[in-house]
Amino acid sequence: MGFFLTIVVLVAALALAWRYLGSYMAAVFEGRVHWMAWVERPLYRLLGTSPEHEQSWKRYAGALLVFSAVTVLFTYLVLRLQGSLPLNPQHLGGLSPALSWNTAVSFVTNTNWQNYGGETALSYLSQMTLVVQQFLSPAVGIAVAIALVRGLSRRKAATVGNFWVDVTRCLLYILLPIAFLAGIVYVAQGGVQTLAGPVHIHDMLNGVTQTIARGPIAFMTSIEQLGTNGGGFLNANAAAAFENPTGLTNLLDIFLLLCIPFSLTYTFGKMVGSRRQGAALLAAMVLIFGVWVGFTSYAEHQPNPAVAAAGLRHQPTGNMEGKEVRIGDTSTALFGVASTQTSTGSADASYDSFNPIGGFGLLSGIMLGEETPGGTGSGLYTMLLFAVIAVFIGGLMIGRTPEYLGKKIQAREVKLAGFAILIMPITVLVLTALAVSVHAGRVGPLNGGPHGFSEILYAFTSQANNNGSAFAGLSGNTAFYNTLGGLAMLIGRFAIMVPVLALAGSLGEKEVVPTGLGTFRTDNAMFVGLVIGSIILVGALTFFPAVSLGPIVEQLSHGRFFG
Amino acid sequence: MTDVTVTPASSGGALHGKEGPHGVAQARRLFDPEILGHAAVDALRKVADLRAQAKNPVMFVVLIGTVVTFIEAIAHPGIFTWSITIWLALTVWFANFAEAMAEGRGKAQADTLRQMRSATEARRLRPDGSEERVLASALVKGDTVVCEAGDVIPSDGEIIEGVASVDESAVTGESAPVIRESGGDRSAVTGGTKVLSDRIVVRITAEPGKTFIDRMIGLVEGANRHKTPNEIALTILLAVLTIVFLPVVVSLQPFGQFSGATISVVVLIALLVCLIPTTIGALLSAIGIAGMDRLVQRNVLAMSGRAVEAAGDVQTLLLDKTGTITLGNRMASRFVGVGGHSEQEVADAAQLASLSDETPEGRSIVVLAKERFDIRQRDLGQHTFVPFSASTRMSGIDLGSRQIRKGAGEAVKTWIVEQGGSVPADLDAVVEDISRAGSTPLVVADGADVLGVIELKDVVKQGIREKFAEMRGMGIRTVMITGDNPLTAAAIAQEAGVDDFLAEATPETKMELIRAEQSGGKLVAMTGDGTNDAPALAQADVGVAMNTGTTAAKEAGNMVDLDSNPTKLIDVVEIGKQLLITRGSLTTFSIANDVAKYFAIIPALFAATYPQLDSLNVMRLHSPADAVLSAVIFNALVIVALIPLALRGVKFRPSSAASILRRNVFIYGLGGIITPFIFIKLIDMILVALHAY
Repeated sequence: MGFFLTIVVLVAALALAWRYLGSYMAAVFEGRVHWMAWVERPLYRLLGTSPEHEQSWKRYAGALLVFSAVTVLFTYLVLRLQGSLPLNPQHLGGLSPALSWNTAVSFVTNTNWQNYGGETALSYLSQMTLVVQQFLSPAVGIAVAIALVRGLSRRKAATVGNFWVDVTRCLLYILLPIAFLAGIVYVAQGGVQTLAGPVHIHDMLNGVTQTIARGPIAFMTSIEQLGTNGGGFLNANAAAAFENPTGLTNLLDIFLLLCIPFSLTYTFGKMVGSRRQGAALLAAMVLIFGVWVGFTSYAEHQPNPAVAAAGLRHQPTGNMEGKEVRIGDTSTALFGVASTQTSTGSADASYDSFNPIGGFGLLSGIMLGEETPGGTGSGLYTMLLFAVIAVFIGGLMIGRTPEYLGKKIQAREVKLAGFAILIMPITVLVLTALAVSVHAGRVGPLNGGPHGFSEILYAFTSQANNNGSAFAGLSGNTAFYNTLGGLAMLIGRFAIMVPVLALAGSLGEKEVVPTGLGTFRTDNAMFVGLVIGSIILVGALTFFPAVSLGPIVEQLSHGRFFG
Repeated sequence: MTDVTVTPASSGGALHGKEGPHGVAQARRLFDPEILGHAAVDALRKVADLRAQAKNPVMFVVLIGTVVTFIEAIAHPGIFTWSITIWLALTVWFANFAEAMAEGRGKAQADTLRQMRSATEARRLRPDGSEERVLASALVKGDTVVCEAGDVIPSDGEIIEGVASVDESAVTGESAPVIRESGGDRSAVTGGTKVLSDRIVVRITAEPGKTFIDRMIGLVEGANRHKTPNEIALTILLAVLTIVFLPVVVSLQPFGQFSGATISVVVLIALLVCLIPTTIGALLSAIGIAGMDRLVQRNVLAMSGRAVEAAGDVQTLLLDKTGTITLGNRMASRFVGVGGHSEQEVADAAQLASLSDETPEGRSIVVLAKERFDIRQRDLGQHTFVPFSASTRMSGIDLGSRQIRKGAGEAVKTWIVEQGGSVPADLDAVVEDISRAGSTPLVVADGADVLGVIELKDVVKQGIREKFAEMRGMGIRTVMITGDNPLTAAAIAQEAGVDDFLAEATPETKMELIRAEQSGGKLVAMTGDGTNDAPALAQADVGVAMNTGTTAAKEAGNMVDLDSNPTKLIDVVEIGKQLLITRGSLTTFSIANDVAKYFAIIPALFAATYPQLDSLNVMRLHSPADAVLSAVIFNALVIVALIPLALRGVKFRPSSAASILRRNVFIYGLGGIITPFIFIKLIDMILVALHAY
């Protein structure tokens, strides 16, 4: 499918999703959707809770942390013990402690960083355990976002919702139905879905036996994208034909990973009682996303400088190294930007082989903090954090104590939002600095010099942002990288979620100041500009020195920007 | 019937707050050479106080950085290292200089006030009635003192006996004496003011060291200045920005090593100082102090910075009609006869009834009667004046058996009926007409006979309507408070252009209104002077008490207006907004500056390892050392360059939030990105010209 047509279809589909999925999600979380009540009610009884039983932010956060800790432990045990567990046709042994830790944390935090090759290391049971996390982790992310939205929309409220109810509703009414329908499309397009083991083909001609991996792939792919997880069944992810058989599924991939993060802005607008407020956040997301798609597509449409240096001056297409011919340079770049800016991390090409400045497009997209549109739930709440900071500085400039949606932004809110925004860059920089300083870290990258530096920087940026996208080229499956990566993912998830929930609690308790002519407007172009400015400025100021030493210097080594 | 043109004696001169600084001792110019000199020395003293320095996290990091580069400069001396050290030290000094400058004017005023206080002696009354001479500072609450013409009132108190004219210029700067008398709302006197005539006995109401003058000294000096909520929030944001740049800069060392580059500690510190928001960090406290100072220059004393900030947030202004919206006094504008009586009859009786009425209204009746019908004062023969009393709500004169009265409609009607007279049929219609027009009707009666009505017209201040339109544009609702009946109130509200009014206001209804507005999340500001205003003043978010008011009112409010000009509430709101805008704008400017500094320093950092990074050197700075030094020098000088802006405040024009924002984002956001590119290049060119290397 042509690049232009892809964009048109995608925009149209996302516009519909924004309006209708967004509105539907608001209804789900406001308790107005009941078609699965026959499952929902008994579940609440089982959990000993009910929608009427709301929690303070502290209890909400407590439930979230306990739930996440239990799921990490459970996943860890399954991975360690998979050799003795059923559904293991290949009789694969258990994973090492460090790899199990990294993988368990990775899937619980919605990161899906994979230091293993799916088809060669995991049993079907392990894969399906990870799929369970691919449902749970986006539900947790969305729950936190909804709690924050409640904090903004309620007045003088002591509670932010019920964690168990929010997660249950998200699973029953949103993730399961959509993933199920999308899974059928994948199967119909040729995606593989089976519990039978791999196929061994004996190639008489060459005298070798080839193993073709199979498994319950198609449905994993659908939740992998929908939940902005990104962890595929196969090592090659969406570049493999069993996961991504056709141009249509490639488009479906992109649609699925973008639909919930974008639509949540509508949900937000609806829940706070002003669609314009949601549209403003959407505009900020779309503008940054659009610029990055344009930039990266353009960069990848340029010839590969290394190939040019090797003497092939005339290259008829863009940079096709590491890309699928059936997908093409620009559509691959679109997939890449969509996947990196939604914290999904799935890939239909080797990002390591992007032109340096194209790789910069991907890396910088993650460095912006995953809110354009970001992961499921995490994108919205991160965007709201930037909105709070933009409101604070912008609000001061009009001479009023800044307020967002009528909530005064004071010391406590600035502290929480500032902390939540800056914990990510600090984690990335400190861990990267550690990795380049010690031997265990320095042996990781495949390449030396700036490119090697980019590989390490990319790894920690991806993990601390719960993205999971891999630049490849880094031998990440070592005790050092597994342990440190797991730490980065935990911090990137929970050191942001807890302050976000605290912010929800603090905002919820506040009185709503009525709006007037003197109010700082948060639903117009100026505000969108301020939010974009804050996002770019924070990203640029924190990462400029680091990217200068990685992709920028590498590209400049080839002479100039863009080819 | 022609209306008499009323010439207001003084037409709300302070409406725009344009009168020059006065009061609170003689104010100085903002950049008085003497203040500059003191500030330069004070700044050094401040740097030495490490505990105070640590309260400003941004500048504290600069201070530590300076110490490290200093040690480095001693260990490895060189022109570059020493230059960086000196400019970092200057950065710290500039920041403290800004604060000292902001405090300077207040300090000078405090010194004058202190002299005034220390010299006073008091004549204390012993319980037996005899006098003793004591120092003013020895007086305690509850003491009674005597003051006669020429005496300086030793401390704050309440007059319990007598009446006197008092020169309050020492406190208010207003040279015209004011009358102070026992009982009522004009009984409070302030220590340090001077009795010009008569004798009064004053009960002291302030503990030593806590008098109004003491509080004023504390305020203008900023001695116990606490950070305001918004300042705390901003400090946190700046601290967070400082903390995040630490790993950004520190991680460059290992990153550099991995890339095969070695980076000197001095350059890293230079980069760190350039990145952290030093500009706003250095000027933050100066902005706050200067904001308070601007209020003091307008003769408003804010009891806390919190109140000034709240003023910027105010969404509802409760304004007393009299004195704020209308000129203080109502003026007689016409006479209307009823029950067949002529205008002239009414005028004649009205003048007689008003001869002894010293109120401006009374005088205006006498003047109107003279102008309209040439009725002059005459020999009255046997007569008794009947003063106004709250119970009869009438005043007038008894000429022999003739009883002439003027007063509110209902009161006169009751009186007529008591006298056995009857009320003419057309009276009610006339009274209502006058009320509906926003004027006050005074009914005139001669014995049991109602003659007619005097129309007292409220004169709305010039320019007030435009002011309220501005307020509306800023999203501020104005509510007029008046004791008038709803008809009158509606007419004046209409004429003045306020958004709403509260008629027949009592302290209770006023309080209810404030509570209602606040329960909707709005911040309310009001002015008041009487004791019965005290609860409302305390309840309001910004309560400006008039200095002429009672002690109770002054204690309940969080600001005192020494000029007792209720219109100033509007100025207070503007100053509050200006304070926040200045902070926000300079923060934006400070952060936006970082972009250019990166482009100066990053290529310089890795020039040796990655010469190709020179394409990022968009300013084409001469050499790596030049680039780093230029950025550091710019960073230091921009603080000095912005001191005047910080002290004067960003220009504020009342307009809608959207247009203020657009303007400031353009100037301070965009300007903040562009300015350093120009000046860093300029400094670099100067350095090259000087052949510093």
